[in-house]
Amino acid sequence: MKDNLIQYILGIADNSLILGQRLGELTGHGPAPEIDIAITNISLDLFGQVRSYFQYAAQLSDKDITEDDIAFLRTEREYVNVLLVEQPNTDFGYVITRQFLFDQFHYLLLSALQQSTDATMAAIAKKSIKEVSYHKRFSADWMKRLGDGTKESNQRVQQAVNDLWGYTNELFMLTDADKQAIAEGIGVDVTLFKKEYYENVAAILEEATLEVPTQAFFQKGGKEGVHTEHMGYLLADMQYMQRTYPGMKW
Amino acid sequence: MTTDQVNIDEELIPILRQVSDPEIPVLSILDMGVVRKAIVVDEVVEVSITPTYSGCPAMDVIGEDITAALAHAGYQAKVNLVLSPAWTTDWITPEGRKALLAYGIAPPLTATADKKALLGGEQLVKCPQCGSANTEMLSQFGSTACKALFKCKECQEPFDYFKCLT
Repeated sequence: MKDNLIQYILGIADNSLILGQRLGELTGHGPAPEIDIAITNISLDLFGQVRSYFQYAAQLSDKDITEDDIAFLRTEREYVNVLLVEQPNTDFGYVITRQFLFDQFHYLLLSALQQSTDATMAAIAKKSIKEVSYHKRFSADWMKRLGDGTKESNQRVQQAVNDLWGYTNELFMLTDADKQAIAEGIGVDVTLFKKEYYENVAAILEEATLEVPTQAFFQKGGKEGVHTEHMGYLLADMQYMQRTYPGMKW
Repeated sequence: MTTDQVNIDEELIPILRQVSDPEIPVLSILDMGVVRKAIVVDEVVEVSITPTYSGCPAMDVIGEDITAALAHAGYQAKVNLVLSPAWTTDWITPEGRKALLAYGIAPPLTATADKKALLGGEQLVKCPQCGSANTEMLSQFGSTACKALFKCKECQEPFDYFKCLT
């Protein structure tokens, strides 16, 4: 049961860790100072939330490990984030679309997780949702601005929506750890808000004068540790310091 | 203390009052509302602090500063971080709000007004320099996670607004 809870925690936290790392790559490289600061702030929020989850997982573990071991010293196959969050920062349209598609999901997930029978998970959710409501607002605003902006911005953000759409379905797939956590009352059954998610996303895309993709083929694998080619590069960058100087601290 | 759910021993208040937020040195952590508990148990002070934002890098420093301040006053301390109930800007005391304003940071509005200002573009946030409400938001995210960036259109000064978190 404890091992399952740890695995369940990773299923939630790895999404925020990997997305936070992707956003962190933009620090100092944002298209404008305000956006640079916003993206860095969102990244920081996500890392803060990840720390709470990983501290809890480390505490549950029988092994003598810390949050840093979990964050930095796993192999690629041991990360169980969805493929969506590891997709690269192709351009600002992709950055915002990836954020938008994740924020809409993240908010619904945390709303439900607040009712978890596990007090720590519920507390982390209650804390995080306040921050995520700002993220959700930010990314939805930018979807509208880009979609309903110039011809160029519309085309490029539409391209990002079309490309990233195929990664959304994986958000709603249940792993064995999910199923067990749901049965125990700890976990959230994400399939229950799948319809709501796609309705919310469609409403914002419509407002942004963007088309909702109709494709039916979806990618999956991240939740089982099978990642896209981008993941290795991301991890190499993220793990470099801990691999090179084991146990290094600030 | 004006905040609810706080349990702080009377004798510790003057000590904790000296500890400030490293990002906003004029603001005591007590006025910030991040200290939820500070009681002496078996000669050790048990302190609970709660983060403003999950990723707030100031929390580690605040924890160390509390331990140091208490040690200086002859107390041994054990500081732990609690997440629940989650911090809200309502826990900033009236003194804290005054200190923010004097430091050049516009204090948080009420939740409804905050939404109108950040989303609806209504001019409700007053410039801490000249007091004018003729201001505009430049970015929902500011120099730290807890602030948004504004500009005063009267005196032309940019300033931070402490975002409402409820």
